[in-house]
Amino acid sequence: MRRHRRPGFKASLPLIVTLAALLLGGCGLGKQSTLSPAGPVAQAQLGMLYESLAIMSVIFIVVLAVFVYSLIRFRARKTDTELPKQVHGSTALEIVWTIIPIIIIVALSISTVHYAFALETPQTGKGTVQVQVIGHQFWWEFRYPGTGVVTANQVHIPVGKKVNFSLQSADVVHSFWVPRLGGKTDLIPGRTNTLWLEASKPGVYYGQCAQLCGAGHAYMKFTVLAQSPAAYKAWLQHMQHDTVSVTTPEETAGLALFKQDCSTCHTIQGTPFHGNVGPNLTALATRPTIAAGTLPNTAQGLATWLKDPAAAKPGAKMPDLGLSQTQIQSLVAFLQTLK
Amino acid sequence: MAAITERVAIAHSEARSYHGIWAWLATVDHKKIGIMYIYAALFFMAFGGAEALLVRIQLWQPNNHFVSAETFNQLFTMHGVTMIFLVAMPILIGYINAIVPLQIGARDVAFPRMNALSLWLFVLGGIFLYTSWFMGGAPDAGWFNYVPLSGAHFSPGAGVDFYDIGLQITGIGTLMTAINFLVTILNMRAPGMRLLRMPMFTWSALITMLLILFAFPPITVNLILQMMDRLFHATFFNIPLGGNALLWQNLFWIFGHPEVYIMILPAFGIVSEIIPTFSRKPLFGYESMALALSVIAFLSFMVWTHHMFADGLGPIVNSIFAITSMLIAVPTGIKIFNWLATIWGGQIRFTTANLYALSFIPLFVIGGISGVMLAMAPADLQYNDSYFVVAHFHYVLFGGTLMGALAGLYYWFPKIWGRLLNEKLGRLNFWLVFIGFNVTFFPMHILGLEGMPRRISTYAPGYGWTTPNQIATVGAFILLAGMLILLYNLIRTFAKKPDLVQDPWDGRSLEWSIPSPTPEYNFAQLPLVEDRDAYWVAKREGNGELPKAEPVGPIHMPSPSLSPFFLALTVVIAGYAALLHVDWLALVALLAVFWQIGLQLVHEDHGYHVHPDVPAGGAAE
Repeated sequence: MRRHRRPGFKASLPLIVTLAALLLGGCGLGKQSTLSPAGPVAQAQLGMLYESLAIMSVIFIVVLAVFVYSLIRFRARKTDTELPKQVHGSTALEIVWTIIPIIIIVALSISTVHYAFALETPQTGKGTVQVQVIGHQFWWEFRYPGTGVVTANQVHIPVGKKVNFSLQSADVVHSFWVPRLGGKTDLIPGRTNTLWLEASKPGVYYGQCAQLCGAGHAYMKFTVLAQSPAAYKAWLQHMQHDTVSVTTPEETAGLALFKQDCSTCHTIQGTPFHGNVGPNLTALATRPTIAAGTLPNTAQGLATWLKDPAAAKPGAKMPDLGLSQTQIQSLVAFLQTLK
Repeated sequence: MAAITERVAIAHSEARSYHGIWAWLATVDHKKIGIMYIYAALFFMAFGGAEALLVRIQLWQPNNHFVSAETFNQLFTMHGVTMIFLVAMPILIGYINAIVPLQIGARDVAFPRMNALSLWLFVLGGIFLYTSWFMGGAPDAGWFNYVPLSGAHFSPGAGVDFYDIGLQITGIGTLMTAINFLVTILNMRAPGMRLLRMPMFTWSALITMLLILFAFPPITVNLILQMMDRLFHATFFNIPLGGNALLWQNLFWIFGHPEVYIMILPAFGIVSEIIPTFSRKPLFGYESMALALSVIAFLSFMVWTHHMFADGLGPIVNSIFAITSMLIAVPTGIKIFNWLATIWGGQIRFTTANLYALSFIPLFVIGGISGVMLAMAPADLQYNDSYFVVAHFHYVLFGGTLMGALAGLYYWFPKIWGRLLNEKLGRLNFWLVFIGFNVTFFPMHILGLEGMPRRISTYAPGYGWTTPNQIATVGAFILLAGMLILLYNLIRTFAKKPDLVQDPWDGRSLEWSIPSPTPEYNFAQLPLVEDRDAYWVAKREGNGELPKAEPVGPIHMPSPSLSPFFLALTVVIAGYAALLHVDWLALVALLAVFWQIGLQLVHEDHGYHVHPDVPAGGAAE
C-alpha cells in the first residue's frame, strides 16, 4: 500500500539524529562520535541504533499523543457532576498491548543475534591483522605478534583489513573504545578478550579508556592511525630496524641520561634499553602526543612531562625524577631524535 | 471516630514512656519509623545532590581543574552510592513503612522492634559511610566498585573499606525490612483484604521485598569476600594469586539489576495509587498490573550480564541476555498502557502529586526506549560505559524513582504529617524539577553518542562535548532551584498549624479512612474489607464508614525500646574498629552485638494495651 513511506522515514532518520546532534553539540559531529562511523563495525552498530530508535520513536509518539490528548480532553471540569465511567480493564486491549511489544522484540532480536555473532566472533580470513593490546594504568601498549614491534598509545592498522585486537590488562579493568571504528570491549586482568575492527578510510581515529581505572582514567587516550597497506607495511619494517643516532652534544648527554634514569623502565628498539615498566619509546618522535594523549609531542610538552609527570597527568605512575632544567633539555633533545 | 485516647499501661517495666528525642530513638511505631526514613533520605539527598553539582561544575568546561581527578572519582562514587543506598531505597522504604500497614488494615508491622533496628542500621550506616570524607577519603572506585581497582593494591586508602562495611551495615537493615514486610503483608492484612484486593502500592511493596530478599545476599557475599581481601589479605579478587575479576562483576550485577527494580517498583506502586485517585477512576487492568510487577521481578534476575556486554563473554551469552533484557519491555509496556487507559476517560485533577505522577509516564518511556536500545548487545558496545548509559539510568531513576517519590511526598504528606503542602509552591517545584531534569539529562544521550565515556574527570576541547556539558550543568542548577523550593515548601508547611484533614484527595484505599496524622494504633476497630478500593466504595455506596471486623476493645501495642538503636550503634562501632584495625575492639563490639541479640531472644515483651475511653466522662487526656 504505502510501502514507500517507511523507507523515506527511515532514510531521514540519520538526518534527524545528525541535526539533533548538531543542535546540541554546537560544533557538529565530534572526532570521537559513534554517529560518524568509519568502518563496517561502527556502521552496523549505527544501523542498529537507527533501527531501534525508529521503532521506539513510533511507540514514544503514540504514547505521547495518547497522553497529551488525555490530559487535555479528560481534564477535570467545573461542570463535572457525575463520576466518569468506571472502567476496570479490557482483556482485549491488554492482550493487544502485550502482543505488540512481543512482536517488536522479536524483530529487534533478529538483528541483535545476527550482529552479536557477526561482530563478536574473531575474524580469521586471509589478510587479517593481529594486534595485541595491553592496558596499563594509564596508557596503552600495542604489540604486533611475530614482528617484535611494540608501540604505545598510537596503534597503526592497514585500511580495509580486519584487525583482531587481543585485549589484556596488566593491572585493573580497562576498556578499549574507538567510537568511529566500533564498540568497546573490556580488558580484564586474567582474561584475553578479542575485538575486531576495520577502518574503511585512511585517517586518525580517536579512542580512550571507557572503564573507570583510577585517577588517570580521563587521561588514558590513544589514536588509531589507519594507513594504506603499503604505508602500514613500511611502518612495521621501520619499527623493526629502527636505530638510534645522536649527533649534537646535547643529544649525547640526553642519551647518557636516558641510560641512567629511564632505561630500567623504557625500551627503545636498537639500543640495549629494555625496561618494560613504562611505554616502549621506539620512534617516539613520530607519535602525535605523549602521556596517552595528555600532552602534545613537542619540546614543550616533553619538558612539561619530564618536570613532574603526576602534575601533568593525574595518577601517572612515572616518578618525578627531580631533573634539572638542563637535564630536561638534553633528554627532550634526545627523545626528539627517536624517529 | 471511636474515642480511644486513654493509654493504660499494664504492669510491666517495658511499658515506660520516653520523651523528646528519646521518644524517637525508642519508637517502634511504623509511622514514626517511616517519617525518620524519609527525613534521613532527604538529608542524604542534600549531600548526594551537592556531590552531583560539584561533578557538573567540574565538567562545565574542558580541562577544568575545579576539583582534582582523585576528588572527582570520590564525588561520583559517593553520589551513586548515596542516591541508591541512602536516598532512593530509604525514601521508598519510608513510604512503605508509613503507608503499607495502613493500606492493609494492620496496627503495626510484624516485628516492630526489628523494624526500628532496620532504620537505625540504615541511618548509622549512612553516617558511617559519610565519615569517610573526614577519615582519609571517600570510596572512589565507582558505585559498582569493580575489582581489582577496588582491591587493596590499587585502592590502598580506607575509602573502599567504608564502602564494604557501610553497605553491609545498611544492607542487613534492608534485608530485615524485607523479611518484616513480607511477613506483615502476607500475615497481617485486615479481614477480607485478599491479595487481589490489596492496593497496588502494597503489591509493589510485596514484590520489592521479595526482590530484596533474593538480591541482597549476592552483594553481601561480595562485600564480605572483599572485606576479607582487604582486611585479612584473602585473595578472592587478587588476580595474580588466582582471584577472579568477573566473580565480583557477576555477583554484583546479580544484585545490581534487581536493585534497579527494588528502586522502581515502589515508584510504579505510588503512581498506580495517585493516577486513579486524580482520575476518579479505578486502576485499569489491576490484575495485569500485579502480574506485570511479578513478571518484572522474575525477569530481573535473568538479565544481569547486560551490564557486562563489553566483558567479552561471547555472542551466545550476549544474545541470550539481550533477549531476556528486552523481554522486560513487555510487562513494563503493560504498565505504561494501563496507566494511559486509567487517565483515558477520567476527570484529571492536576495537583502537584498528580503532576509528578503523570510526568513519570513520558520520562519513564524515554528511559525504557534507551533501555531497549541498550539491551541490543552488539549496539550496546557503543553505548556501554558512555554518557548514553548515564542518561538512561537517570531517566529511570530520577525520571522514574525520584519523580515517583516526590509524587508520593505530596500525596501522602497530609496523611503522614497531618498538613497539606502548599500547592502553588508545589507546582513551581514540579516545573523547575521537570525542566531542570530534562535539561540536565537529555544532552547526556548526545554526549554518549558523541563518544564521551562516563566517569572521566575532564575532557579536552574539540570533541563537541563542551556545549552539551554546559547545558547539562545549567540544568543541574535549575534542578537545585526546584529542590530549594521544595525545601522552602516543607519548612513553611511545618511552621503552620496542622490541617488534620483526613481525606484531602478523595482517596481510595484504607489509609484515607482514618485520621491524619494517624493515631498510634492506626485503626480503632480493624475494618472488614469487602472490595478493592474499599474506602472509595464505602464513600460511594455508604456513609464512608467501613464495616468493622471487631468490636471496640483494648488494643495491644508493642512497647518502645532503645535496644534497637544501641544494637545498631554497636554494629557501627564494630565497623569502625575493623576498619581502623583495632581488632580487639572489633571483637568486643561484635561479641556485644551477639550479646544484645541474645538478650532480645530471651526477653519477653508483653507490650501494653490502649483502652477505650470510659464513656461517662472518664479520665480522657
